[in-house]
Amino acid sequence: MGIVLDVRDLAVRFDTHGGSLRAVDGVSFRLKAGETLGLVGESGSGKSVTNLALLGLIPSPPGAIESGTVMFDGRDLLKLPTSELRKLRGNRISMIFQDPMTSLNPLLTVGRQLGEVLEVHQGMSRREASKRAAKGLGDVGIPAPEERLEAYPHELSGGMRQRVMIAMALLCDPEVLIADEPTTALDVTIQAQILELLADLQQRRGTAIIMITHDLGVVAGMADRVNVMYAGRVVESAPVRPLFRSPAHPYTRALLASIPRLAASTDEDLAAIPGSPPDLADLPPGCAFGPRCTRVRDECRAAAPPLVELDGDAARRAACIDSDVLHTESPSSAEGPR
Amino acid sequence: MTTPLLQVQGLSKHFPVGGRGLLGKPRAWLEAVSEVSFNLERGQSLGLVGESGCGKSTTARTIIGLHPSTAGSVKLDGAELTGLSRKAWLPHRRRMQMIFQDPYGSLDPRQTVASILAEPLAIHGLAKPRERKLRALALLDAVGLNPRHVNRYPHEFSGGQRQRIGIARALALEPDILICDEPVSALDVSIQAQIINLLKDLQDRFELAYLFIAHDLAVVRHLCDEVCVMYLGRIVERASRTDLFEAPQHPYTRALLSAVPLADPELEAQRRRIVLEGDVPSPTNPPTGCAFHPRCADRERVPGGKCSSERPKLEPREGERVNACHLERAANEAS
Repeated sequence: MGIVLDVRDLAVRFDTHGGSLRAVDGVSFRLKAGETLGLVGESGSGKSVTNLALLGLIPSPPGAIESGTVMFDGRDLLKLPTSELRKLRGNRISMIFQDPMTSLNPLLTVGRQLGEVLEVHQGMSRREASKRAAKGLGDVGIPAPEERLEAYPHELSGGMRQRVMIAMALLCDPEVLIADEPTTALDVTIQAQILELLADLQQRRGTAIIMITHDLGVVAGMADRVNVMYAGRVVESAPVRPLFRSPAHPYTRALLASIPRLAASTDEDLAAIPGSPPDLADLPPGCAFGPRCTRVRDECRAAAPPLVELDGDAARRAACIDSDVLHTESPSSAEGPR
Repeated sequence: MTTPLLQVQGLSKHFPVGGRGLLGKPRAWLEAVSEVSFNLERGQSLGLVGESGCGKSTTARTIIGLHPSTAGSVKLDGAELTGLSRKAWLPHRRRMQMIFQDPYGSLDPRQTVASILAEPLAIHGLAKPRERKLRALALLDAVGLNPRHVNRYPHEFSGGQRQRIGIARALALEPDILICDEPVSALDVSIQAQIINLLKDLQDRFELAYLFIAHDLAVVRHLCDEVCVMYLGRIVERASRTDLFEAPQHPYTRALLSAVPLADPELEAQRRRIVLEGDVPSPTNPPTGCAFHPRCADRERVPGGKCSSERPKLEPREGERVNACHLERAANEAS
């Protein structure tokens, strides 16, 4: 499969009152056509900033791209002038955000908002655009799409609004869809509808999806590959099944061990991770996870370990000096019951 | 039989909506909570689950007296709480405290931790001013915070630590019942387990009863002994955690459980998901009959369109469980 997006060594800095901080620090990944890449991390891990940077949406100041390249269709997105980026955004690369209420314009009908995308990017007439917009709404499972074109966002339920956002993002048949916590604000039964819809649309159109989420369940069900982020860096990258079966970074492993499971009743304490995610303006020396890690040693404090291929497994990478040991032992033997 | 610690019987809360008509009567009622009943025993945890708008938070707020109830009864150790004046409520409120979802919004940013923790004691006239400070230090220690930070302000703490302060404040009055409204959903994943463990630990130490409201069903399974599933203001199923999670009976419970993504790609690939059609209907205009019937995949299996014409009663089934479903009723009678 072809690579549609190639991100190399991306670094984003923010100058805040509390000092200068690096929100994204040397992130590299490739996205293949038709695949779903999960980007997992907690608040402040850099997962959203990474994707805003791809689209040239980092506010400057306080933000600045320090380094990196983002290759898409032979061009570096980070070097494109805004006018060129605008032609791509919402057209060949689209984005869905967590909160559909704030990303839709409350003063415009659904039909106008969708129609505008087509008029701008595809030069359609109003009538053509409106017809195509209705088809787009139908594709995402909205009943009576022609009538819905006249509706304002506040007249729709949360799940319907998210469908409208997805319809809008897919109107121009993008090669890449970036979904930033697309179901976090929704109830689980509606989340199931939206995730099913995304998987179905992806299969039909071959769209590559970057799925940003903190929910390990969403990743387990949706992603082909996963990048786990911590304090601005990718600390582990692996195909989804091996990642959950034999996590090779202590953070991934601890995160998986700490969540309560729906599939079992237990009265034992959860294996909580001590401490909290670090302050990016005041990172510990060496590995940022060090202060919370059970395996931490002097070497860990000396320098942050680079993200390197695991022994004998070219598909997996991890940034820990113990990764080769970790991924060969099963997490259940080391961390108690899952 | 001994009196349950908390006994909720037929509790309803309806809100007037749409302004008032000609004679000052409300134009419409939003039936947020209808005929909710359950018992909660000392040292036990009861989970209230359901999607947004199902009435779980309103139930909790009505129990603790933040909303006057429309009908029904709430008894604490056999003493009726509904209809009490503010003053008559005060001694009971000491025994029932609440923890909120948002650790940022529920602490006054201008108060130090010492003053946040001393305030409930002062309101209830429980300790001399000098003793209050000592109590505050002991409380911080109990929730795993450094007592030396007692003079700090909320903004100097992380989200998880702030939630610990909220828990310490709720414990200040040595309550019997803690009502926890989504206590971990605003926290980072790596912090949630710390707070869940803390809640369990405190329950064991102080024999606390928890009324636990959460949309994360895995958290509920981990923490609760019994679970009530609510849909559109009513309990549709109540069972022990093992019965509910391993053998859900109500079609809504089954759909809800199957919708939760599992953090295990292999299980995810195997399971068959029940995807519900449509959205939760509006509580101002609930469907006739069973409120769940427009989304229910099993309604065709009940003859005579009974699901859309007659509301199923919440009835006991085999084992210590209840649910409200015509299909389950038929199955139960057949067995």
